[in-house]
Amino acid sequence: MEKTVALQVVTANRIGDGTVVYLTRVGGWSERITDGEVSRSDEERDTLMAVAQATAEIPEVVEPYLIDVVEEAGVIRPVRYREAIRAQGPPVHPAFGQQAEEG
Amino acid sequence: MYRYDEYDQTLVDERVRQFRGQVARRLAGELTEDEFKPLRLMNGLYLQLHAYMLRVAIPYGLLSAVQMRKLAHIARRYDRGYGHFTTRQNIQYNWPKLEDTPDILAALASVEMHAIQTSGNSFRNTTTDQYAGVAADEIEDPRVYCEIIRQWSTLHPEFSFLPRKFKIAVTGAPNDRAAVRLHDIGLIMRRGDAGETGFEVIVGGGQGRTPFVGPTIREFLPKKHLLSYLEAIMRVYNQLGRRDNLFKARIKILVHEVGAEKITEMVEEEWRHIKDGALDLPKEEVERIRAHFAPPPYETLAAAQPAFEEKKRADGAFATWADTNVAAHKVPGYAIVNLSLKPVGGIPGDATADQMDAVADLAEHYSFGEIRVTHEQNLVLGDVRRTDLHALWRKLRDIGMATPNLGLISDIIACPGLDYCGLANARSIPVAQRISNRFADLKRQHDIGELKIKISGCINACGHHHVGHIGILGLDRKGEEYYQITLGGSADQDAAIGKIVGPAFSSEAVVDAVETVVNTYVELRQNGERFIDTYRRVGKEPFKERLYAAA
Repeated sequence: MEKTVALQVVTANRIGDGTVVYLTRVGGWSERITDGEVSRSDEERDTLMAVAQATAEIPEVVEPYLIDVVEEAGVIRPVRYREAIRAQGPPVHPAFGQQAEEG
Repeated sequence: MYRYDEYDQTLVDERVRQFRGQVARRLAGELTEDEFKPLRLMNGLYLQLHAYMLRVAIPYGLLSAVQMRKLAHIARRYDRGYGHFTTRQNIQYNWPKLEDTPDILAALASVEMHAIQTSGNSFRNTTTDQYAGVAADEIEDPRVYCEIIRQWSTLHPEFSFLPRKFKIAVTGAPNDRAAVRLHDIGLIMRRGDAGETGFEVIVGGGQGRTPFVGPTIREFLPKKHLLSYLEAIMRVYNQLGRRDNLFKARIKILVHEVGAEKITEMVEEEWRHIKDGALDLPKEEVERIRAHFAPPPYETLAAAQPAFEEKKRADGAFATWADTNVAAHKVPGYAIVNLSLKPVGGIPGDATADQMDAVADLAEHYSFGEIRVTHEQNLVLGDVRRTDLHALWRKLRDIGMATPNLGLISDIIACPGLDYCGLANARSIPVAQRISNRFADLKRQHDIGELKIKISGCINACGHHHVGHIGILGLDRKGEEYYQITLGGSADQDAAIGKIVGPAFSSEAVVDAVETVVNTYVELRQNGERFIDTYRRVGKEPFKERLYAAA
C-alpha cells in the first residue's frame, strides 16, 4: 500500500531573510530541495513535521509545511509549479535564488 | 508638499523603536510567528515566496527628491538594487532581511516616511490623480484633502479593527486618472450651484473576486463636512460590514447586499448626529495644509514656445515622445512629463536604485524637486518648462525612462504574480514582458492607439485586470498556468468591469490571443475610434468569434 502515500518534503522560509529551505535528513535546513528528506509513509511525514516544528520554535524557520514531490532518477522535484518557482527563485530574475547556483 | 510636524515625526519615530523591539524579541524566540505576524503586517512587512517584502507608503504618490534618494539608498544597501512601484502609488522591496527592517524603517523616518498601514485591515494609502495640482482640467488640488484624510485615518482608534482593508481615492479633475469609482470610497471634486467646490461621494466600488463600479451616494458634499461624512460611512461599515467571511468583508459587498439607497439613508442618519461637530474642518487648519501645496515659484512664460516646437520638427523621436508622454499643464510654458517604467520587455513598475537617484537629480534640476508615482506604475515630473523638455528627454533616454508608450498597449499594469507572491495562481510579469516584446514596434503601438492591458496573477486583482480594456487573469488549471481574457473594462470616468470573452488560454497561447483581439479591433475600428470605443460599439462577440474560430 506504500504507493498510495504521496512523497513529501518539508519546506519553510528561513527566519532571517525568508530564503526558501528544505528539511534535510540530518534535521537541518538546506536551500536545495535535492537535499530534502523525503517522507514515504504517514509516520515518516509526522516525524519530519515534528522536527520542523521544533526548529520553528527556536526560531530558525517560519511556518514549515509539507509539499508533494516526485522522485525521478533519484532527483527530487516539486509537483506544483508554485513550489518549483519557490525552489528555483523568481523566473524573471535568473540571477536570484537556486536557479543562479545551477545556472 | 506636506512636511511632518512634531506629532507626525514623533508617531513615526516611536513606531520604529517599538518595531525594533518586536523584531529583536522575534529573533530571540520570545515571540512566535503567530504573535509576530500581525505586528509585522502593521509595519508593511509581508513574507512572500522567496523572501520578506516591505511595502512603503508614499502618501498620494508624492515624493521629494530627498525621499527618492533615500528609497534608492534602501534598495542598494538593504535590498537587491531595485524597488517596485505599485498601483497604490507606493513602493515595495522584495528582498529585505528581517533583522534589517528596523534600520530600514529608521532610514524612512529620517525623510518623513514609513510603512504603517500598508497592510492589514486598515485604511491604506489614499491615492489621487498623478497630475494633482498641475492638471489643466482640474477644479481644485485634491492633495490638500488627501493629506487631511491621511491625518484623520492614520491610527484612527475607532477604525483600528475594520472588517477588511479600506481604500480611498480622490480626484480634483473630471477626467478620472485615479480610478475613483473602483475604490471603497471615491471622491470627485465638483462645483455646487453657487460655484463653490465640494465632493461627489462614491461608496462600494472595488475589484477582487467580486468587482463593482461604486454607486454615488451623495452628489455634492460641501468640503467642510468631508471628515464627518467619511466618519459616518466608516461607522456604518464598521458596524454592518461582514467579519464572518473574508471574501464578503469589503464595503462593496455591504453596499451590494443592502443597496445603495439604504446605505445612503444609514450614512445620512449617522451623519446627522456628528455633522457640524468636532470633525468640521476648521478654515485655518485647511489653509495651513493648503499652504504646503502652494504652487512653486513658476516663471512667467509664453504659452507658445517656438524653441520647443522647432525641436519637435527637427527630431521625430522627440516629437513622438512629447506627443505621447507629455501632458498639458495649467501654467503657460510648463508641461507634465510622464517617465515610463515600461521599457520594451521590462518589468512594469520596477526601477533600479541608479534610476531612482537619476530621477531625483532630474526632479531637482527640472521640476522643483518633486516626483509623483502613478497608479499605472509610472513616474511623473509635474512642473517642467517646455523649453527644458528636449534636454530632459535626452537624459531620460539615457536612463531608460523615455519609452514613448504612455497609455499604449505596452504601458501595462501587472501585479508581481507568482514570481514573488504567495497568493498568486500564475505568473503576471512574464506575460506583460511577452506582450511588450510582441508589440515592441512603436509605430505599430501608436497605430493601435490607447489600449490598456492589465494583468493579475489571481482573483484578488492587484493587477486591475477587471478594468483593463483587455484584462488578463492568471489561473491554475490542474497545475498549469492559464489565462482568462476580459474585454471592455475601464478605470476612468466611464468606469466599467470587463466581460469574460470565453474559455481561458494556455500560457503559450495567451499572447497570440491578445494579438488576435488587437487585430480584430484594427479591422473593425471606424473614424479614429479607440479600442474601448470599438468594443462599446460592437460588443464582445466579434472578438469571441475570432478568438475561438478554430475551436
